[in-house]
Amino acid sequence: MEKTIAGKTIAVNEEGYLTDFKQWDKSIADVLAAEAEINLSPRHWEILGYLQNEYKNEVPLSIRKIGKSGVVDIKEFYQLFPKAPLKTATKIAGIPKPASCI
Amino acid sequence: MKHLVILGAGTAGTMMANHLNHHLKKPEWQISIVDEREEHHYQPGYLFLPFDIYTPEDIVKHIEEFVPKGVCLVKGQINKVLPKENKVKMADGNELNYDVLIVATGAKIAPEEIEGMKGGEWQKSVFDFYTFEGALALRNKLRDWEGGNLVVHITEMPIKCPVAPLEFAFLADSYFKHKHMRDKVEITYVTPLSGAFTKPKATEALEHLLHEKHINIESDFAIEHVDNETKEIVDYGGKAIPFDILVTVPTNKGDEVMARSGMGDDLNYVPTHKATLQSKEYANVFVLGDASNIPASKAGSVAHFEAEILTENILRFVKGEPLKEEFDGHANCFIETGNGKALLIDFNYTHEPVEGTFPFAGVGPLRLLKESRMNHLGKLAFRWIYWNVLLKGTHIPFVSATMSEAGKKYN
Ligand SMILES: Cc1cc2nc3c(=O)[nH]c(=O)nc-3n(C[C@H](O)[C@H](O)[C@H](O)COP(=O)(O)OP(=O)(O)OC[C@H]3O[C@@H](n4cnc5c(N)ncnc54)[C@H](O)[C@@H]3O)c2cc1C
Repeated sequence: MEKTIAGKTIAVNEEGYLTDFKQWDKSIADVLAAEAEINLSPRHWEILGYLQNEYKNEVPLSIRKIGKSGVVDIKEFYQLFPKAPLKTATKIAGIPKPASCI
Repeated sequence: MKHLVILGAGTAGTMMANHLNHHLKKPEWQISIVDEREEHHYQPGYLFLPFDIYTPEDIVKHIEEFVPKGVCLVKGQINKVLPKENKVKMADGNELNYDVLIVATGAKIAPEEIEGMKGGEWQKSVFDFYTFEGALALRNKLRDWEGGNLVVHITEMPIKCPVAPLEFAFLADSYFKHKHMRDKVEITYVTPLSGAFTKPKATEALEHLLHEKHINIESDFAIEHVDNETKEIVDYGGKAIPFDILVTVPTNKGDEVMARSGMGDDLNYVPTHKATLQSKEYANVFVLGDASNIPASKAGSVAHFEAEILTENILRFVKGEPLKEEFDGHANCFIETGNGKALLIDFNYTHEPVEGTFPFAGVGPLRLLKESRMNHLGKLAFRWIYWNVLLKGTHIPFVSATMSEAGKKYN
């Protein structure tokens, strides 16, 4: 599937997650954040950067791991990305939705 | 003489002992299996115990009954594995040296991970059914409960048999109907996932059933604590759900022995190659069943398929041949839906559960992802098959270790 985000044609899956991280940039993150009714602050960017880095290092992501990472505690993670923080944050970060579960 | 040691005589370890006993013979090989328990539990039976469908005798047998003659059963607690020295230390101070090690120590619940879960209300109004004691306490509670809010809850993934909590909700619906008190019970299913299950087609089918049975669903709920005063579960977002009975599936973790041995990840699961079942760190260590971190369901059926493939790989390993990268994550699970019916799902790493027929394409007799009475009989027969076929490591006719795509409706 393709979607036009911030004036660019971007490959996404049925749930709207980017399928090619190379197509991600900050303007895309801004649009995806707005769709989730989030205004990205410097603190948001820090966490998005951390998630992207974990993804590049092929570390599977989970709420539990993020809570223990020292980067952000789970309470704050929820405040920054309300409702389903991991799903929302990974979408904005342009990385796959974590397959936490089988 | 070479020594193969199996840690854990549960579902997976017992199956491996039975398989390998045919191949690795004395005097070249000695096989030992280690466990601290006297009893072998049929864990899928824990689901039925609270509803008085099974009795304790149906699901508990002596561990020795299933360990083949010729395999040495070592009783006691494992303290630590020293993988660099090829050695296992027992709590009583004894040591076992091994040439090949199989880790099958399973997974268990860790309610202490969540604040207040194992608090004052534990086994009074907060229950688990993933242990024998929990399921039994819950049975006693349900027998004379007069109704109220029943909350069925999953703490976090992954858990053993991820469909069991849903089955619990379905069975509760039918249990209270039969007791003519369904109108006095509100059932709510609370999950950290965004829907009833993890795969889209099965989620659709299962959510339809929840709806039909008037079971409420609360998704994306990441629990922070259990409030024992107000009797509520509260999530990180501040959402609170009140309960009169909370039936929770606490965090599942691998055994502490893997943490002590430095062999586990943050949940004590052992990093394992998902297609060969060899440990990622130690070539002579293999892992199967719930103890590994592979992205497959933690289920007895998965352990059964793994055992067939792992047996071949261990034989290859001892002959110095390359391992087969064959395990595809095959899982096959019955899902009890209450009122004498069940669903069946069959899937693997890459193929989600879909509709169709099983095991014979186009024929059945079992139907995939559809409720039927035949599937329910299949689930009940599974207990007999478990004790008499699975644990003995006998191949189930017509059901292959890798998943078959025939008879399934992918589009
Ligand atoms: C409620 C419930 C319902 C289920 N329903 C189904 C179902 O319908 N279908 C299905 O296929 N699966 C089902 N399962 C899952 C299935 O029971 C497990 O996946 C299976 O038992 C895993 O086998 P295992 O050998 O890996 O672990 P286990 O069978 O748990 O065995 C682990 C063994 O290791 C021993 N051990 C661990 N640590 C130590 C130590 N330090 N020292 C000594 N011994 C130790 C333990 O005593 C235990 O005997 C269900 C599970 C539950 C809880």
